Amino acid sequence: MLLIRCPYCGMDRPEIEFRHAGAAHITRPGPPDRVTDEEWAAFLYLRDNPKGRVAERWRHIHGCGRFFNAVRDTVTDVFVVTYKAGEPRPPESLAPEALTPEARP
Amino acid sequence: MADGFTDTPRFRLVEAPPLARFVLRAPDAALKVTGKAYGLALPEALNRGASHGERGKPGARVALHLGPDEWWLIVPEAEGPDVAAALEKALAAHPHSLVDVSHRQVGYVLEGEGAAGLLNAGCPLDLSETAFPPGMATRSLFHRVGLMIWRMTPGLFRLEIDRTLAPYFVAALAEAAKDHS
Ligand SMILES: [Zn+2]
Repeated sequence: MLLIRCPYCGMDRPEIEFRHAGAAHITRPGPPDRVTDEEWAAFLYLRDNPKGRVAERWRHIHGCGRFFNAVRDTVTDVFVVTYKAGEPRPPESLAPEALTPEARP
Repeated sequence: MADGFTDTPRFRLVEAPPLARFVLRAPDAALKVTGKAYGLALPEALNRGASHGERGKPGARVALHLGPDEWWLIVPEAEGPDVAAALEKALAAHPHSLVDVSHRQVGYVLEGEGAAGLLNAGCPLDLSETAFPPGMATRSLFHRVGLMIWRMTPGLFRLEIDRTLAPYFVAALAEAAKDHS
């Protein structure tokens, strides 16, 4: 079973309690009257699809209910780190205790 | 014994009497006054439950901290309106929401030495006592339905399940019980 660390619960919890919620750190363009159709379309639809580490939004929907962010590796499906919504993406050199179990050395 | 479930020496399932239930969303700053008005301090740690009194008996109080700003408050059915009024008064100065969900859910007690093992037939949580000690409360899943699990003692779990999903839960639990008796 894949375990995901919820940064609010502070626990490793089963993957089935979580929902994926798209790419993280997407900034809504504004103000609305000055946003072009192209900018708006890019905000709504255009996403990278990289091979490797991506920052994503996840929601602990069958737990505390909160949205949070996670750095996940799309090749190995390892959750490198999870962090609270609103926090910046952590640097790649992370303290081992911050890593999810699969990513710990 | 709950309808559709056969108790065994290793576990019993009991449906709770009618209860008044509230979902409170409030900032930490409101906790003290809320606890005072409620008659039971709200647990500050997430995924913890607190209680005093006996379920359904006068004065019984339950507070479960299930989300960063979310508590479930469960009291005897007859005391619901008074509790709600007292809480609204205490919370008047704080942005909050207090919603009566008394009839949304059904409560159960699952108890016995085999209770944790039986729950694990459909719930993926680690229910060992080190990972899930008495006092812990959280939402999770039992197969396809969401539920709230609160461990009061090593062998006693209080569960809350959405009313329309309760027949599925009891049937699935009864099916699992065949392998666990
Ligand atoms: Zn959580």
